[in-house]
Amino acid sequence: MAQPHPSPAQVAARSGSVAPAARASAAPVREEMTGAQSVVRSLEEVGAEVVFGIPGGAILPAYDPLMDSERLRHILVRHEQGGGHAASGYAHATGKVGVTMATSGPGATNLVTPIADANMDSIPMVAITGQVGAAAIGTDAFQEADIVGITMPITKHSYLVTDPAEIPRTIAEAFHIASTGRPGPVLVDIAKSALQSPTTFEWPTEPHLPGYHPVTRPHGKQVREAARLLATARRPVLYVGGGVIRAGAWEGVRRLVDVSGAAVVTTLMARGAVPDSHPQHLGMPGMHGTVPAVAALQKADLIVALGARFDDRVTGKLSSFAPHAAIVHADIDPAEIGKNREVDVPIVGDLREVVAELVPALEAEHAKNGLPDLAAWWHQIDTWRETYPLGYTPTADGLLAPQHVISRLGEIAGSDAVYVSGVGQHQMWAAQFIRYEQPRTWINSGGLGTMGYAVPAAMGAKVGRPDATVWAVDGDGCFQMTNQELATCVINEIPIKVALVNNSSLGMVRQWQTLFYDSRYSNTDLHTGHGTQRVPDFVKLADAYGCVGIRVEHESEVDDALRRANEIDDRPVVVDLTVSRDAMVWPMVAAGVSNDDIQYARGISPAWDREE
Amino acid sequence: MSRHTLSVLVENKPGVLTRVAALFARRAFNIHSLAVGPTEHEDISRITVVVDVDELPLEQVTKQLNKLVHVLKIVELDAESSVQRQLLLVKVRADASTRSGVLEVVNLFRAHVVDVVPDTVVVEAIGTDAKLDALVAALEPYGVREIVKSGTLAIGRGSRSITDRALERVRTA
Repeated sequence: MAQPHPSPAQVAARSGSVAPAARASAAPVREEMTGAQSVVRSLEEVGAEVVFGIPGGAILPAYDPLMDSERLRHILVRHEQGGGHAASGYAHATGKVGVTMATSGPGATNLVTPIADANMDSIPMVAITGQVGAAAIGTDAFQEADIVGITMPITKHSYLVTDPAEIPRTIAEAFHIASTGRPGPVLVDIAKSALQSPTTFEWPTEPHLPGYHPVTRPHGKQVREAARLLATARRPVLYVGGGVIRAGAWEGVRRLVDVSGAAVVTTLMARGAVPDSHPQHLGMPGMHGTVPAVAALQKADLIVALGARFDDRVTGKLSSFAPHAAIVHADIDPAEIGKNREVDVPIVGDLREVVAELVPALEAEHAKNGLPDLAAWWHQIDTWRETYPLGYTPTADGLLAPQHVISRLGEIAGSDAVYVSGVGQHQMWAAQFIRYEQPRTWINSGGLGTMGYAVPAAMGAKVGRPDATVWAVDGDGCFQMTNQELATCVINEIPIKVALVNNSSLGMVRQWQTLFYDSRYSNTDLHTGHGTQRVPDFVKLADAYGCVGIRVEHESEVDDALRRANEIDDRPVVVDLTVSRDAMVWPMVAAGVSNDDIQYARGISPAWDREE
Repeated sequence: MSRHTLSVLVENKPGVLTRVAALFARRAFNIHSLAVGPTEHEDISRITVVVDVDELPLEQVTKQLNKLVHVLKIVELDAESSVQRQLLLVKVRADASTRSGVLEVVNLFRAHVVDVVPDTVVVEAIGTDAKLDALVAALEPYGVREIVKSGTLAIGRGSRSITDRALERVRTA
């Protein structure tokens, strides 16, 4: 851990995703076996522990030796999408490579969504799919789909294996590519004929990747220039993105926050990378960010972006984003630098190495020129913090406020729990109102915005970190997309907890209909909450799956129910919190609008433009 | 928008061309021409792609291409420091009354006739885009029936080879 400049292989090995080189010291193995056995053996050797999958015709040969494996735990999911998101949740919670397995055709196409999701959020994941026999490829055979072609734009890399001798090297390369550089999903599609054929399993195996060389070591001159800017800026902001978590760079970033004295914001993908309790932390920027975070970026004279990608949900209207700021952009992916926003100081490198060099460089600047005077900047920020704290108004219909139940969940489950959300209003409230103090305690689908992510991803997170309390914060819309994995959780004794923020509608879509479509609620009513037929009845559904189901309708019941759920650890719990459907997520920067026009609440915009 | 010629050295593996072409399509970059073929090394193929794109998006497309695992190296070749050629085959109407006119055009452009039947000829020409466009324009009055072009090929002038270092990588990796 003390080594200042780890190689990608070391980083991967430390985070559990064992790169092939890391195991090279083991005695070489050469054994006769089938391709199917070779798949299982390769997964074992590469350090995989868990596979989330479902068998089917083409992948069937691999499932036979899987049954005998003592090093691999296979968890039988109920839908391939659930398997993919579970692998993603596992990867996110542990930093290891998540593995999912499916058969050809529909099995493989059901993985498309989790693969796209992992690609957008830089999740290290290996998806192994069966393919029809090599001779049948291209003939529109039963359950044939060109999954390599289908997933080409949404994978970091992909393979079609028809020669069983290629299996060990391909799986080793897939894990290496998934876990090094900017992490991402790798698909390995294996023809059934290759699984059935005899082959020689050889390990260790040397990856042959002449075109793959992620740059990890930052350019010293650029780092010094970044330090110089940071030491002289009057209104600096550290813009911390999910890359900080993927790189395991949070300790170094914390040092940078302390040494620089700069304001810091953590994006949706980076919640927990810097503790919310840190006095320089302004919260989340972006469409539903805090006013201080959004305003600080807009008024900054320097933005240091660390593993962030200037996503449209953060920048708002790009041309008016942070108009006065010089930009330092550090990322391991060179293609992110300058993609959306022109950059003054580009730094390509592993963020652990970047901050390890940036902090001493900044200290040297301070020693030479003294500490920068940031008092005026902090005075301004503190004014925003006092005037525009995160908050919400009580509901007009007397029903539970969703923000209240989510705040209470955060208080009751605490900052050691892992929170996994779906996509929509509940996701934004969970990002806003739960206080995150540690990395990898907030897991969500940020880039792709995949509804239904929460339950399977929470399952994966719980498998990866069995000692942690794992809460899925879900919505009634999301929950109905993937709740079948509760069966997997019950059968496999994976006791996740679900806080179902049930507003009986597709809440975020409904909010946009309220704001931008004249309150015409086209197809957003789900009939699951107050005063409806409750189809389905989530408490009965939970019961049917063998989970504990608890309904909460009144504020007085919230704490008791959440405490009770928090204590149950022998099976999954679903708490159906029926809340008002009229609550809205604030603050908000409407899509395509300048961040300057952020609304603190409906129709209320901060007055900074008039002040200046 | 300006025109840029990229030489992309790739591993000679199945699907590489698809990946490169799909990347251009997904990132909404316009391919003007694309040519692919083997190099002096059996493990390396070379894709020459001509794109109409501004400077900044070009940098983005180059970075995105570099992220493809099978892409070894990308070099932009400008018109001054490289030789750029395209092969054109064009089928033109040429009967007894017009053939001499057609042949005169062919000779003026140092092109060749590679097939003759009583009412048409097939002309082969090698050159830059500009030269080939001029040739086609000159043949147009006689009646152009069919055109096929190879896509631009480009190679740097001078003794340096862009494949040398990529080759080292392939051998040592």
